[in-house]
Amino acid sequence: MPSDDKRWKIVDATARRHGREPHALIETLHTVQESFGYLDETALRFVAATLRVPLSRVYGAATFYHFFTLKPQGKHTCVVCTGTACYIKGAPALLGAIERQYGIKPGQTTPDGELSVVTARCLGSCGLAPAAVMDGTVLGKIGPADMLARIQKGMHP
Amino acid sequence: MTIEELRKIAQSEREAQNKFPHHVCVCMAAGCQSSGAAEVRDALLKEVAESGMRNEVQVKGVGCMGLCSAGPLVAVESEGKMYANVTADEAPEIIRNLDTGGDGLKELSAEDPFFKRQQKIVLENSGVIDPERIEDYIAHEGYFALVHAITELTPLEVIQQILKSGLRGRGGAGYPTGLKWSTVAKTGEQKKYVVCNADEGDPGAFMDRAVLESDPHRVLEGMAIGAYAVGAQKGYVYVRAEYPLAVKNLKTAIRQAERLGLLGNDIAGSGFSFHVDIRLGAGAFVCGEETALMASIEGKRGTPRPRPPYPAQEGLWGCPTLINNVETFANVAPILRHGPEWFAASGTEKSKGTKVFALAGQVTNTGLIEVPMGITLREIIHEIGGGIPEGRKFKAVQTGGPSGGCIPDEHLDSPVDYESLARVGSIMGSGGMIVMDETSCMVDVAKYFTDFCRSESCGKCVPCRAGTEQMYGLLEKITAGKGSEADLTMLQELCDLIRNTSLCGLGQCSPNGVLTTLRYFRKEYEAHIAGEPCGTCRPEKEAEL
Repeated sequence: MPSDDKRWKIVDATARRHGREPHALIETLHTVQESFGYLDETALRFVAATLRVPLSRVYGAATFYHFFTLKPQGKHTCVVCTGTACYIKGAPALLGAIERQYGIKPGQTTPDGELSVVTARCLGSCGLAPAAVMDGTVLGKIGPADMLARIQKGMHP
Repeated sequence: MTIEELRKIAQSEREAQNKFPHHVCVCMAAGCQSSGAAEVRDALLKEVAESGMRNEVQVKGVGCMGLCSAGPLVAVESEGKMYANVTADEAPEIIRNLDTGGDGLKELSAEDPFFKRQQKIVLENSGVIDPERIEDYIAHEGYFALVHAITELTPLEVIQQILKSGLRGRGGAGYPTGLKWSTVAKTGEQKKYVVCNADEGDPGAFMDRAVLESDPHRVLEGMAIGAYAVGAQKGYVYVRAEYPLAVKNLKTAIRQAERLGLLGNDIAGSGFSFHVDIRLGAGAFVCGEETALMASIEGKRGTPRPRPPYPAQEGLWGCPTLINNVETFANVAPILRHGPEWFAASGTEKSKGTKVFALAGQVTNTGLIEVPMGITLREIIHEIGGGIPEGRKFKAVQTGGPSGGCIPDEHLDSPVDYESLARVGSIMGSGGMIVMDETSCMVDVAKYFTDFCRSESCGKCVPCRAGTEQMYGLLEKITAGKGSEADLTMLQELCDLIRNTSLCGLGQCSPNGVLTTLRYFRKEYEAHIAGEPCGTCRPEKEAEL
């Protein structure tokens, strides 16, 4: 294991549960991301060695799937849904407001590492469009001003 | 587990529930949870405890009740009442006035077209049972179809019933389910798989999520019946990682079914064994395509491959694989329970049964609906959906997600079935239905879907990878007011090329959004070319600059 960080054991347990077979790749990457928040080179190398698959395949899968991120996220994350219902009900305005306020676009993190903004394909909360998620709390039928207030509140409670 | 034992469980569960004169159900599906349903449930429980009504009122967390826009929803089942937008502060009022509901609560009428025009098969238990308790499912006739099938029917008889019902794949393409099952059953291989496609990637669609969250056992039962019919031993549910609640409920359901011997080895003493595992998707739209989905289960990048061979012949790890959508599997148990004739009695000549739609966008009632096939789009939008809010005018309805098209007012009287929707240039798709009013710019909508397709293209075949990129470039030019007539011609040609030469459904259907808007809303394209201001793409102020 790369270090004595206990989280590696959790990752290893997932691989073991699937008999360390190559088909456990995506499940194992999910566990890494759940435990560490993102996938770094150490993690990719560890998964490759554990499942005995080429590093290129691990990297290939990690970059193919949108759910995986190779960069650490900010302390707080705001997810803006850009599904069709949210889009026609004003998701672009939400993203515009965040960009004006914090200077970051989807996929970026503020330089101080405090806030990341990402977009979701669809949260499936279309009945509540437009929707955003601030640190796990779903904000439904939200406007730009309210959303900025909630982000501010989430970062400085 | 025999039918007798199943009956006993159902009986004791019903008796336990009937001890309570009052049943209060709180919708705990994702939509209502986002609006604060958990707090409402806690407030209800607290009030029941404090007023000493523990033996009179049962407070139950249930699955999706449908009308997401009015959540959190609370139903007093015994009185046949339903309340909308309930807050934690108002909740105690419901307990205090079980029969009248008290003041200040917004009551929904069961006579409202939103409820009255629906017909529920797939969603019959949704919003009624506690999805986290298998006993509640069994008390609603759950797992009887499975035990009946494996102890009293031959696999061939099961397939014949499905064939006779006329059930077609609910993932969008509409392939006859019975035919698919019999193809897999006929292969001589020993090792076969069953896969449930729950990778609901269409933006604006949440039917499968609602079914998995609200009634997960129904999907497992359908999969097990399918496995028995085709001779498979192992099943996978491929579900989006973005649906944590659905994954959680599904995991609980699998554990419970295994505990009761309804999944696992030697089910009901018949010698038939079936194990189910969950595989998490990782946010790739293309994985909804069956060959890409199977590549993903095998731990690879989710890229499609040419068919044939179809998964029914060569699927997971080269073995014959039955792959159906969540809603398709959810229809199986009711068909066996009530008979194929009962199922075939609803719907149209070629499209039988019902279809679940996720109704969203610029429409008054947004949420989850289940309607008989053959209902018109107009009835769905203007009666069930309650029309367009704030007196604005309807413009288009988008069905089938990024692979579907936009249908204008003149075609609203088309019946909802696979063939009719294809005739007007769209597809049934998995069931997303997004309503747009006069404030939406259709060129912008086409650009939105093209942007989606270009970023979700897996990159394997050129027409899709490069073609969607070129389409997007042209649309950007047009929306910026820099387009020309020639660009429209080129756009049209590009659409034909991508449609006819792409490898998989994602690519082949990606031009639908552009094609339908070009067909029905060409004037809007022309207005953009003429440099007229557009509220969405080029607001007047910006256009002048």
